[in-house]
Amino acid sequence: MQNMNNNVAEIVTVNMGPQHPSTHGVLRLVVDLDGETIVNVTPDVGYLHRGTEKLAENRTYHQFIPLTDRLDYLSPLSNNLAYCLAVEKFFGVKIPERADYMRVIYAELARVASHLVWIATHALDIGAMTVFLYAFRERERVLDMFECATGQRMTSSWIRIGGVRADAPEEFFKLAKDFVDEFDGFVDLYENLLTNNRIWKMRTIGIGMLNADDAQDYGTSGPLMRGAGIDFDLRRDEPYCCYDKFQFEIPTQPEGDTYARYKVRMKELREANKIVAQALENLPEGPIMTDDPRVAMPAHEDVYERMESLIRRFYLISKGFRPPKGETYQGIEAPKGELGFYIVSEGEERPYRLKIRAPSYVNLGVLNHMAQGHMLADLVAIIGTNDVVLGEIDR
Amino acid sequence: MLLPIVFTIIKILIIVTVILLAVAYMTYAERKVIGAMQVRLGPTHTGPYGLLQPIADAVKLIAKEDLTPDMVDRPVFIIAPLLTMVPALAGFAVIPFADNFTMFGMEIKPYITDLNIGLLYVLAISSVGTYGVIMSGWASNSKYALLGSLRSSAQVLSYETAMGLSLVAPVLLAGSLSLREITLAQAGMWFVVPQIVAFVVYVIAAVAETNRAPFDLAEAETEIVAGFHVEYSSMKFALFFLGEYANMYLVSTIATVMFLGGWNGPLLPPLVWFVIKVLFIMFIFLWLRATLPRLRFDQLMSLGWKVLIPIALANLMITAIVVHIVR
Repeated sequence: MQNMNNNVAEIVTVNMGPQHPSTHGVLRLVVDLDGETIVNVTPDVGYLHRGTEKLAENRTYHQFIPLTDRLDYLSPLSNNLAYCLAVEKFFGVKIPERADYMRVIYAELARVASHLVWIATHALDIGAMTVFLYAFRERERVLDMFECATGQRMTSSWIRIGGVRADAPEEFFKLAKDFVDEFDGFVDLYENLLTNNRIWKMRTIGIGMLNADDAQDYGTSGPLMRGAGIDFDLRRDEPYCCYDKFQFEIPTQPEGDTYARYKVRMKELREANKIVAQALENLPEGPIMTDDPRVAMPAHEDVYERMESLIRRFYLISKGFRPPKGETYQGIEAPKGELGFYIVSEGEERPYRLKIRAPSYVNLGVLNHMAQGHMLADLVAIIGTNDVVLGEIDR
Repeated sequence: MLLPIVFTIIKILIIVTVILLAVAYMTYAERKVIGAMQVRLGPTHTGPYGLLQPIADAVKLIAKEDLTPDMVDRPVFIIAPLLTMVPALAGFAVIPFADNFTMFGMEIKPYITDLNIGLLYVLAISSVGTYGVIMSGWASNSKYALLGSLRSSAQVLSYETAMGLSLVAPVLLAGSLSLREITLAQAGMWFVVPQIVAFVVYVIAAVAETNRAPFDLAEAETEIVAGFHVEYSSMKFALFFLGEYANMYLVSTIATVMFLGGWNGPLLPPLVWFVIKVLFIMFIFLWLRATLPRLRFDQLMSLGWKVLIPIALANLMITAIVVHIVR
C-alpha cells in the first residue's frame, strides 16, 4: 500500500478546507503529501468556536439547555439529555418512569437521525449519490416527529432538568409507530446499494485502519471504538435513564477499517430502532416531570392557591436553583461516542466551570493515525468514517 | 451526378441535427431518470413537464460571458473544445441506422457512407477526441486543468485498449470491418450471445472512455472539484458537455451495431429497433450513475490494465481459435 522508496521524496503541503465539500463543516486539514500518498494530516479546528463552555458560567442551569442543542447539531436531544443527567446528579433527582422512556425514545431517534446523515454524506463523498437522497428522505421523517413532539426540527431543547418539557401529542406516537415498523426496510435499502457493492468494498476495506490498542490509546469512543473490536457501550455498561430495561445488542467488528465501522453503524441503526420500538410498546402512563421541589416548577393550581408555591415559582424563574457544592460528571452514549458533561458547582445558581467531553473532538485526534500511508482520495472516506460534527469540536 | 452529393449533404444535415437534439434531450432524460431513481422530480417548470429545460440551458450558456483567461495559449484553447465535439459527431458517418429501403422508386441508404474499414474509422476518429482533453489542459495554463486532463487522458487511453480488443472479437465472427456487413451478419443471432464477455468488457470500457460514473474521476467534486474544463466558460464549456454526451451516443451506437444486432429485430421497423437499443445502452449509463460509488484513480487503472485487457485478450484468442476451427 505504501510505496515510499528511499529517494529523498519531495513533500508537498496542501491545504484542504475549511471550505471544501467533503470536510463536513469548517474543518481545515493541512495535508503533507508524497505524490498522492498522505504523510501527515494536521486538523486545524476552531473556525466555529463560540465559547459555549464559558457562556455556561454566566447562565443559570436552565438557561444553558438551548446552548447544548448547538453542539452536535445532528442529534440535539442527546446533548440535552447528557447535560440534564449531569445536573440531576447533583440532586439525585428521581425521574418519573414515563419521562425516562420518552428520553430514551428521543435519544435513540436522535441517533437514527445522526447516523442517517452520516451514511448519506459518507456515501456521497465516495460517489454514491442515491444513498444520500434516500437517507435524507428518512431523516426528514425523524425531524417531522421531532417537530411534532417538540415544535422544532433540529434545535429542540426539549429535555429539562427533572424530566421532559411536556408530553408528546398522540400524533407523535402514530408517526413514530409507523416509522419504526418501516425503518428496517429502509436500512435494507441502503445496505442493498452498499454492503455487497464491489466498488464500495474496494473504497472502504483496509482503509483507515485503527486497531483496538490504538483506539484505546487515542481515547476514541462510539462506533470508532466498536469498529476496532472493543465491546464497550455506556448504555449497557453504565446504564443511565432506563436502558437496562431494554433488549438490544452492541454491534462490534474486529477489523477496524472503514468497512467495519460502516457495518457497526448500520447495525446500530437497526438496534436503535429496536429500542424505540420497545419503548413505544412498554411506555408507562404517568407524569413526565418530577415533582422534586428543588428543580421542578410547582404545579399551576398550587401557584394560584398557595403562597409557598408562588414564592418558589418566582424564585426558580428569577434566580434558578442552587446545586450543592461539588462536582459531577455524566457521560452518555451519544451517536458519535461518549458525550460527557463535567460540572463544578460552588453552590451558586450558575456553574463555576463546565467542561464538555465532545466525542467528535477526541475522535478527530485519531485522523492522522488513520490517514497516514493512504492516498489523498481516501482522505474523504476517512473523514466520512470518522463522522465528526464541527459544532461540538469547536464548541 | 449532382444528385448523390445533394443526397449526402441532406443526410449529413439530418443526422447532425438529430444527434444534437438527441444530445440536448439526453440531459433532460438524465435528470428525469436519475430524479425518478432518487425520489426527486427533475425539471418541471420550464415548459410542460420541464420539456424546454435543455433549450433554456442552451440559451443560458450562449448568453454567458465567454471568458478567456489572460495567460492561455489562445489558438489551442479555442481548438480544444471543438476537438472533443467534432470527432464525436464525425463518428456517426459510418453508422448504418437501418437497412436499405426503397422510397419513391429510389433505393435509399440510411447511412452517410459504408466504409469497408468502418470500425477502424470510428475507433480512429474517436481517439482524436482525446487530443481535445490534453490540449484543453495544456492550453489553460492552470495546474488543476493540467492534472485533470492528464488523469482523463490516461484513463481514456488505457480503456481504449480494452475497448478495441473487445471489438475485434465480433469482427472475427462477421469477417468484415464494415459496420453494415457486421449488422447483416447478425441477422440470425446477435453477437451479444456468443460474445457476452466481450460485450461486458466493451460496456465497462465505454463507460470509462466517456468519463462517466463510476469512472467520473475528472468530475469528482468531493476530491478535485473539476477537471480539465475548469477554465472554460459559456459555449466552449457547453461544447465539452455536448462532446461528452455525443460520445456516449457514439459508444452506445457502436455497442448496438457490434453486439446487439443493429437494426435487426422482429415486428418493429428497423430504425425503431436501432433507436430502442441505443436508448437501452444510454439508460444503462444513467443507471450506473445513480447506483455506483466512484473508484479511486489507482483502482481505476488497475481495473483497466490488470482485469479488462487480459480478459479481452483471452476472449479474443478463444474466439480466433473457434472461428479458425469452424471455418
